[in-house]
Amino acid sequence: MLATDLEQVEVWRALRAQLEDASAADRDALLAEKARLTRRSIITMISTAGQGHVGGDLSVTDILTTLYAYTLRIDPANPTLAGRDRFILSKGHCAGALYTTLAHSGYFEPAELNTFMAPLSSLNGHPNRNKVPGVETNTGPLGHGLPVAVGQAMAAKLSKNDARIFVVMGDGEMQEGSNWEALMTASQYKLDNLVAIVDRNRLQQGGRTEDTNALDPLDERLASFGCEVRVIDGHSYAELVEAFAPSTTGKPVAIIANTVKGKGVSFIEDRVEWHHKVPSAEQVLLALQELS
Amino acid sequence: MSIDTTAPAATTPSATNDPTAPTYDNRTAFADELIRLARTDERIVAVCNDSVGSSNLTAFRDEFPSRLINVGIAEQDMVGVGAGLASSGMIPFVCAAAPFLTGRSLEQVKADVAYSQHNVILCGMSPGMAYGELGPTHHSVEDLSWLRALPGLDIIVPADRLQTRQAVRAAVASPRPTFIRVGRHKVPDVTPEGTELVRGRFQQIRAGRDVTFIVTGTLVSRAIEAAAVLAESGIEARVLNASYIAPLDVEAIVAAARETSAIVTAEEANVAGGLGAAVASVVSQLEAGARVPLRILGLTEFAPTGSTDFLLNYFGLSSAHLVTAAREARAHA
Repeated sequence: MLATDLEQVEVWRALRAQLEDASAADRDALLAEKARLTRRSIITMISTAGQGHVGGDLSVTDILTTLYAYTLRIDPANPTLAGRDRFILSKGHCAGALYTTLAHSGYFEPAELNTFMAPLSSLNGHPNRNKVPGVETNTGPLGHGLPVAVGQAMAAKLSKNDARIFVVMGDGEMQEGSNWEALMTASQYKLDNLVAIVDRNRLQQGGRTEDTNALDPLDERLASFGCEVRVIDGHSYAELVEAFAPSTTGKPVAIIANTVKGKGVSFIEDRVEWHHKVPSAEQVLLALQELS
Repeated sequence: MSIDTTAPAATTPSATNDPTAPTYDNRTAFADELIRLARTDERIVAVCNDSVGSSNLTAFRDEFPSRLINVGIAEQDMVGVGAGLASSGMIPFVCAAAPFLTGRSLEQVKADVAYSQHNVILCGMSPGMAYGELGPTHHSVEDLSWLRALPGLDIIVPADRLQTRQAVRAAVASPRPTFIRVGRHKVPDVTPEGTELVRGRFQQIRAGRDVTFIVTGTLVSRAIEAAAVLAESGIEARVLNASYIAPLDVEAIVAAARETSAIVTAEEANVAGGLGAAVASVVSQLEAGARVPLRILGLTEFAPTGSTDFLLNYFGLSSAHLVTAAREARAHA
């Protein structure tokens, strides 16, 4: 298990305090800056590793940044804190974005990111909770995170604590039937402490979701499965913050976060071939310029 | 939340070869022990797939309605929910008919339970060919093979009421990712009084130096009967109850190979990758003198129509078959 980076935890705490006191505009500017640094780190990490899922990492970055910097009730110095909010990255192939976010929150040293996918690294291509503090369950095969989150939400209810459970699925991942089983259960058990976020970048590995096995009308589908549905711009910090507010209906919350795969790097944005393509040295420089 | 690991022991006679001995459905002991422990341990919850009745959870539900989570007919969800509960400090007993628990949810068992190391207790109800005439879709004879391939997952096959209670107690006293086969096909008590269930250990039910039976679950009483028959002709068979399939009792297998002249394994499971295959992988790697003849009894094909007893006999898993296999194996020594 990687060790906590207390120095980074202090940086995280300072930002959290700043965000709590900030005006909405200042808050969004602070989150944008944090996300910019995270995106730069993702590009560098994937370039070093020579592997990774850059498109999905960049589409989920603003969601992760907002959750970890602002929303989640967590203590990176105590990753197993009782009653903490939980986060599961069900689209585990975007581990790069999660690792970067966790490292920059102090769960472990950012220098560790240089080992991403290297032999015997704790930072496998998909997250392992037994190696990486802050990871709640091992993901990778799609359609696993939401059922586990449902179990965590039930446990919070049974233990009478007010923890909230957040989980991010890729939109292509919603083609997995286990997600819909889990939504039915979440609705049946009135798990209003569950927040299921769909990173709706409209691309999956092999093509556009709507050309493959169409998800729309996703909002109606989620609503018909008993969710309180919120459709937002997944790159708007103001909308993300608002969407992460507790359920108002006693139902589980489902957020369709409309995103752009590869967000922030023009030549990667919305291109199916960038699902797991690795940028060349020249492209890395261009990407970092765009993110400067 | 204290856990009483001392009481109550089932009132079991010692190992028997009496074919008229009473037989029991292990699900009764399972549910009874689970309820007893749940009274003093709020971490215990049951999760099932519309199987409240067939998992014998009706009394549990009546006593702990909020701690019985029925996700409906949704096994992948069920195992994932179990993992989420375990990751939050609960001890979930995830109960479903064994074929669906293992086959339908195998990836969840792999990723969410074994690889994630969430302490889920997977309870495969009515395993083997307990569903007899319902056929191969409802038989769970692949479970041992599939689950043996997953590191970090204990596999327990209780042979009788006492071991079923002991398995439940062990799961609560020291929760870890575990699969328990909870038998429906009635079996007699076979565990001698005072015998503990120890993780990763077989139990020796009968001593012998001529041949060893390594058997599990429903086959244990049949091996005891076979040993009694062999004794009449002066052959002393050692009977080992493989109540833990994983971790495997390598030491007991090696001792059997070195101390007896042949080994016969028998299981209500497919021979491809099950207990017999596990024993073979140990024995075949020993020094030449210890590589004793081995007979592996079990299933080799999808079952035809028939009752559980009919099918056990059909697949060569009667005590008479065990006697023949022991004689043949010894003849090759």
